[in-house]
Amino acid sequence: MIVLEKRPQASQLWSLATPVVAVLATMVFGGLLFALLGTQPVEAIRTIFWDPLFGEFAFYYRPQLLVKGAPLVLIAIGLSLGFKAGIWNIGAEGQYIIGALTGAGVGLAFYPLEAWYIFPLMVIAGALGGWAWAMIPGVLKVRFGTNEILVSLMLVYVAEQLLASMSLGLLKNPQGFGFPGSRNLNEYESANSWINQNAGLHWGVVAATIAVIFAYVLLNRHMLGFHIRLTGDAPRAARFAGVSPGRLVLFCLGASGMLAGLAGLFEVAGPAGQVSIDFNTGYGFTAIIVAFLGRLHPIGILLAGLLMALTYIGGEIAQSQMGLPAAAIQVFQGMLLFFLLALDLLTNYRIRLKSREVA
Amino acid sequence: MDLSQINPILLVASLMVAATPILLAAIGELVVERAGVLNLGVEGMMITGAICGFAVAVETGSPWLGFLAAAIGGAALSFLFVILTQFALANQVASGLALTLFGLGLSSLLGQSYVGIKPPPTPDLHIPLLSDIPILGPVVFSHDLILYLGIAIVAGVWALLKFTRAGLILRAVGENHDAAHALGYKVVRIRVMAILFGGACAGLGGAYISLVRVPQWTEGMTAGVGWIALALVVFASWKPWRVLLGAYLFGGITVLQLNLQAAGVAIPVEYLAMSPYVITIVVLVILSADKSRAPGSLGRIFHATS
Amino acid sequence: MTILRRTLLAGAAAVTALGMATAAGAQDDKTKVGFVFVGPVGDGGWTYEHNQGRLAVEEEFGDQVETVFVENVAEGPDSERVMTQMALNGADLIFTTSFGYMDPTINVAKKFPNVKFEHATGYKTAENVSTYSARFYEGRAIQGLIAGSMTESNIIGYIGSFPIPEVIRGINSAYIQAKKVNPDVQFKIVWVYTWFDPAKEADAAKVLIEQGADVVLQHTDSTAPQAAAQNAGGVYTFGQASDMYEYAPEPRISSIIDNWAPYYIERTKAVMDGTWESVSRWDGIGAGMVGIGEITSAVPDDVKAAALEMKEKIASGEMHPFTGPLKKQDGSDWLAEGETADDGTLAGMNFYVEGIEGEIPQ
Repeated sequence: MIVLEKRPQASQLWSLATPVVAVLATMVFGGLLFALLGTQPVEAIRTIFWDPLFGEFAFYYRPQLLVKGAPLVLIAIGLSLGFKAGIWNIGAEGQYIIGALTGAGVGLAFYPLEAWYIFPLMVIAGALGGWAWAMIPGVLKVRFGTNEILVSLMLVYVAEQLLASMSLGLLKNPQGFGFPGSRNLNEYESANSWINQNAGLHWGVVAATIAVIFAYVLLNRHMLGFHIRLTGDAPRAARFAGVSPGRLVLFCLGASGMLAGLAGLFEVAGPAGQVSIDFNTGYGFTAIIVAFLGRLHPIGILLAGLLMALTYIGGEIAQSQMGLPAAAIQVFQGMLLFFLLALDLLTNYRIRLKSREVA
Repeated sequence: MDLSQINPILLVASLMVAATPILLAAIGELVVERAGVLNLGVEGMMITGAICGFAVAVETGSPWLGFLAAAIGGAALSFLFVILTQFALANQVASGLALTLFGLGLSSLLGQSYVGIKPPPTPDLHIPLLSDIPILGPVVFSHDLILYLGIAIVAGVWALLKFTRAGLILRAVGENHDAAHALGYKVVRIRVMAILFGGACAGLGGAYISLVRVPQWTEGMTAGVGWIALALVVFASWKPWRVLLGAYLFGGITVLQLNLQAAGVAIPVEYLAMSPYVITIVVLVILSADKSRAPGSLGRIFHATS
Repeated sequence: MTILRRTLLAGAAAVTALGMATAAGAQDDKTKVGFVFVGPVGDGGWTYEHNQGRLAVEEEFGDQVETVFVENVAEGPDSERVMTQMALNGADLIFTTSFGYMDPTINVAKKFPNVKFEHATGYKTAENVSTYSARFYEGRAIQGLIAGSMTESNIIGYIGSFPIPEVIRGINSAYIQAKKVNPDVQFKIVWVYTWFDPAKEADAAKVLIEQGADVVLQHTDSTAPQAAAQNAGGVYTFGQASDMYEYAPEPRISSIIDNWAPYYIERTKAVMDGTWESVSRWDGIGAGMVGIGEITSAVPDDVKAAALEMKEKIASGEMHPFTGPLKKQDGSDWLAEGETADDGTLAGMNFYVEGIEGEIPQ
């Protein structure tokens, strides 16, 4: 009989090897799927994993990895703090939207004034917007004991309605002939988050990098990080250690909301350029997967975010080059996640064969 | 504005239909969570059920075989979740989200040749006498079988949890899996059954959308209902009858806000459109005086050490 | 993906390489046409019809063309990347089929001056960017005429997606004609605030029917309202975007069909011949971009005849659906006797005409 035996310590070797094994396994099974759909499996796999990084047009795709990965990493870092402490913010999508709305709103209010302080003000507004939206479930939880999963999720839908309403009303481009959507911030020098567009660099990429470092330091070197981990592992012990659960809830939700809001602001002021009805594309939900794929570890999240971005970009190439349906790419991504999650087992457990009598 | 245009009887009748997919998915998820497992893949299981049910109903001409297939399809997808979380001990939140992604993709692949087809109709019941009661008859007793099945499942789950030994064991496993294991209960086996049940219910809920409520097949047609179902379980504080209440409340406000719009009520439409979500939050705040909490082992990984 | 092309490009810096890649792609003798879709090709509506147009291009030109597409492309940076990727891989012509792709299309077009772009439903053009859209309101006028004649309750339900000019124009156009044939007609308008949510569309249709509507018009793409009408019985509907003929002869009594095939074929041909020029095309029934689906036997002969006559008149240009005298909802004058609306006003329409109740949400 096969028995799982918990390792006394997580295996260093396997924690590095499992992602590789998982990707290989996905290639095999994904290849089978593609073959079933009548495409060249080897070429499809190469298109998804190889072309964006080393293919003919890698000079274009590599920077795009940053554009696609930055919001995922930024949001996932924030979420991971709360997840570690057992605080479930699954409404990052809503905080992302509100951050974009408040940030873009401030920028558009200054239009057409050009001044150095506009972008910093937008950043602050975006952060505050996301923070405030996350404070709603936070305060309700602390004050009334309301479940934050439900409230944060419901607020995503409310934020989507606000977004539609803003795109059609208050933030609508006055020179847009009545069409929905705001002015394009890429055409407004002072309110633009691009640093170097060809390199895929915008302030969101910078912020994501800082967030990774900050989270790493916080979790490993700081008392607050210790409290977060302790609360997640042993809530009772945490209380004895003097952790105030309410303040921790507010901090974790606030921090994740703030980072999600920032991600929204940087996206709207750069890659997306404008507030529109369909501005949000699910980063807030995908980031939850990224956070767990990265095992809630800042460096892991960074790598997981880039891997997700790679499959998105590679998937698009495979669609147009090889005629694969978008659905096949989704299934493929699902497989990759399954293998990454399942094989993680080997990091923490040893597989042993045991004779039956003992069990 | 003329509120008299809103017919309360028809409103109740249509909210029952609108609430049924959420109800089915939520009651299934409730059992899963009561067993201590958090499966965020409801949306993926629903859409898989929607296409399995639709395809089989179209091929066989029988909506009932369709619903059966939907339940099997949903359960089959949830078996992937079983493998991940119960045998490979993977994180449940991430596994559930991956399941949703996978299910959405898989369903579109399966459904490619079913776009633009009309499924066989699911007949409404006409219960002699009961359906003819004035007012009450058309509201309560003239729907299709699956709608009643949904209510019956709620009643069944309630009875199971409250009165039976099986329910007691299920709750024990959910509250403290180590203790339950020490008492000799098969934690993993019980959880597997709960997850499969949840998958089957979600599949039924999905097929209710594709076969009754809409009825047609289009990619991504569940459009987020699975998430609402998840939220409802929390809303209901893990109590079966409250799931029913929550589903009817949510479905009711959704239908009511459309009714108010059509009647020309002078409330801005965008506020009406967000009202189902806001009111759900408000009601939850009011209900949160009740301190019943989540199952103790919810979302935690179980590994038998001995 | 030839070795030659790779060596040509090796080490090239980003921006310059973008232009060169295009040149390299153009060496292929096949004309490569890209399509960027906002939904899945299986949505049975908007994207489905665009994909039918793509298939028509393949059918028309056979081996001379190669078409590629990416579906479910989010507006914003994702769409910009997909377009760039198509251009890099040698597309000669790219159709971007959603309003939200407007700025991305312009951005990418700047980087690839040799690639032609066609953006649907927008208003920004460039040297190598055309726009195209369909005058769906012409079809709406015919729907209005039929709906106004068919309703017994004098209540016509209208399911709107978002309050944008495109949708408002359709409501006005239908209302004007319905009012002409039936002065007592009333429009009940419900906004569902989504492009795509079959369940919500079904709910909206049911609500409208419950509140007395016996004709339901929709500006959302799923067949859910058709099914709701069928269950209710005695309610008429119209197919939207695609023909939805599976619901004929009742409740679906006619339809507006998006027919992009003629335009896509024409523009592809222009690229092949080297005669492509930037245009802003807004075609209607006359050019075949808006199709009117079969009017079924449920419609009395005289109404059908009137509808077909109107179709002819609109097609020939003899009649314009927005012809004065017309007033705005607030009672102010809009069009004088015999005056027709100019395209600028129509494109940005954000007001109801006189007689429609309710406010446009802002």
